[in-house]
Amino acid sequence: MTSLPAYDDRDDLAIKPRKISRKATGADAVFEHSARAIGASVLVITGGVGLFLGWQGYPTLQRYGLSFFTESQWLPDEDRIGIAGVLTGTFAVATVAMVIAFPLALTTALYISEYAPARLKGVLVSMVDLMAAVPSIVYGLWGFFLIMPYAAQLARWTESNLGWLPFLDVRGSDPDAAYWDVSRYYSSAFCAGIAVSMMVMPMACAVMRQVFSQTPPGEKEAALALGATRWGMIRSVVLPFGRGGIIGGTMLALGRALGETIAVALILSVAFEVKFNILEVGHSTISSLIANRFGEANAGQLSALLAAGFVLFVITLVVNTLAALIVNRSRSGAGTDA
Amino acid sequence: MTTTQQAAGTTYRPVLDDDAPPAVPRGSLGRKSPEERFVLWGTWAAALGLAWVVTQRLLPLAGIPWFVVAFFVGGLVMTAVTAGMQGGRVEIGDRLVGALVVGGAVLVGAALVSTIGYVFYRGWEPLLHANFYLSDMSGVGPADPFDKGGVLHAMVGTLIELSIAVAITLPLGIGTAVFMTEVGGRFATVVRTVVEAMTALPSIVAGLFIYSVFIVALGYPRSGLAAGLALAVMMLPIIARASDVVLRVVPGGLREASLALGAGRWKTVWHVVLPTARPGLATALILGIARGAGETSPVLLTSGAAAFLVTDPTDGVMNSLPLFIYTNVRSGQGTSEDRAFAAATVLLVIVLALFVIARLLARPRGTKPPLLSRLVPRRPAGTSTPEDRS
Repeated sequence: MTSLPAYDDRDDLAIKPRKISRKATGADAVFEHSARAIGASVLVITGGVGLFLGWQGYPTLQRYGLSFFTESQWLPDEDRIGIAGVLTGTFAVATVAMVIAFPLALTTALYISEYAPARLKGVLVSMVDLMAAVPSIVYGLWGFFLIMPYAAQLARWTESNLGWLPFLDVRGSDPDAAYWDVSRYYSSAFCAGIAVSMMVMPMACAVMRQVFSQTPPGEKEAALALGATRWGMIRSVVLPFGRGGIIGGTMLALGRALGETIAVALILSVAFEVKFNILEVGHSTISSLIANRFGEANAGQLSALLAAGFVLFVITLVVNTLAALIVNRSRSGAGTDA
Repeated sequence: MTTTQQAAGTTYRPVLDDDAPPAVPRGSLGRKSPEERFVLWGTWAAALGLAWVVTQRLLPLAGIPWFVVAFFVGGLVMTAVTAGMQGGRVEIGDRLVGALVVGGAVLVGAALVSTIGYVFYRGWEPLLHANFYLSDMSGVGPADPFDKGGVLHAMVGTLIELSIAVAITLPLGIGTAVFMTEVGGRFATVVRTVVEAMTALPSIVAGLFIYSVFIVALGYPRSGLAAGLALAVMMLPIIARASDVVLRVVPGGLREASLALGAGRWKTVWHVVLPTARPGLATALILGIARGAGETSPVLLTSGAAAFLVTDPTDGVMNSLPLFIYTNVRSGQGTSEDRAFAAATVLLVIVLALFVIARLLARPRGTKPPLLSRLVPRRPAGTSTPEDRS
């Protein structure tokens, strides 16, 4: 016969809950605190930039109020400052860039993930990453010296055939005239958009390819087994599965296109005007405005430039955040083991 | 009805609809049959002929670009026609999309090749002179011949500015990533949100920030230090976020195993997590550096363009490769432009080298033997392993 030993009589053996401490000790505590300190300092640095921009731009927004967003001229000497002109220019260049970059990114991503021979795939992925690493000034040189003459010819042809569309019109120039006024077609938002599209295309392509490559192979094989052609399989399986990646990658590229500076500053000739004539010479974007005007700016103008930069930052921030939300949602549980 | 006449042991598909057209064979998904290959080559040969007729004989569309456009459009039309001869609408759509997808990819490849090729083509001449790498531009006019002047000052400037930026971003970026993944907590979520938001910061705005704080408000001169700081502000969120992604894919099982064996958290991070993630971290860092090396706009605002060699980053204006390219192209002089293209070639080679190093480091360990043993096969004479041939 067994009997429980009577521990109750002995005080020193009484059952008490063990104390559990999640507090780090020794080297772990040092590690945790220093990591937290680094995180805090990075938070201060990066967050400080955003706060500083808003804080510095505030006097300008207070001084000019809503007219800062509706005035198209940038004439600090006459006390007329506004970003309506550069804002439309920013969107014009980014729109042209995305119209060119989106189909190219989509077809390249589809080619790499669905059409290319398996041996070539790794090389092609590296090539796209390499395109993303090429400095933007190099694309600027390419667009300015190699592409612009052809782009101007294409612009003239487009205007003579589709000039009745208001945004394809080039004012002050007759495309069918015997003498070709070539200067009206150079340095336009269209030319700048081509160079910018080459910069943002690899980014969109990389995101799309990654999402396409996550398509469940079983569903692809099921579509093929049911008699679908390759395009039928892509349309019914790959594209619906990758919709989030397509939209998100495009928006990430859009965010980059909005902030692109050097190629735009190199190609565009400056004009402050609210217009959507993308083929016409002269436009301006927020980033090229900053690049061109920071040198001669006094304190008040610097504040205005910072306000413009802040507006640009807010726009790209919104676009990038939306893109991140869409891309993350599309990954349908394919998370990492962490 | 006639089942009695059929041979035993053979299966026949019943014909349910006598009027139905015969089944159309679908294009093969793997290797193409000889007939399909013949159709493919014939289609594009016909397109070539069509393009010649259309651009040279029918329409006033001179020039190579129009020829290429006509070739591609003609190819699409011929693809549709040949596909229609063999199959129905489904087949036509499949072949057309296939041609479009391949065409888009080829266009992108052509753009990349033309970019790199054009820069080399325009910039080869100054590259042949040794002084291009060994001297600066002090006292050299924009129209002087190529045996005078060089980009040494710009290369040194790029190197110094990048070193400053990396010295700041390497500990802070990777430290933040370690904090976000290994320590965690509510504060880490805040840090991660802000860092991800700041990757949206346009590079020109990063430059403007340093310009207005460091140069205008604090009164320091334009210098390599300011440029390095601007690059650091731009690269910090990029590297922190990329390292965060790399650390997050370290398998949780490894961490748990280390903790279960009695290691502390610091020991786990130092001996397990960081070594596992080392190739990925190196890639993140190098791609960040490549991005920083090519960025012009922050440098444009903060460093000033010196024409002479400066080695002290705190001492006045300093040049760098992207800025050298930008200012020389802006000058509009023929020789200056060629110098800019040569400098762009140098910059491109630097970025390419960084990129290749990143790729080599990122390769998962164990799939390929290390570089040295691949170059120098060391094996006792007379033995050969099957791995050598694979």
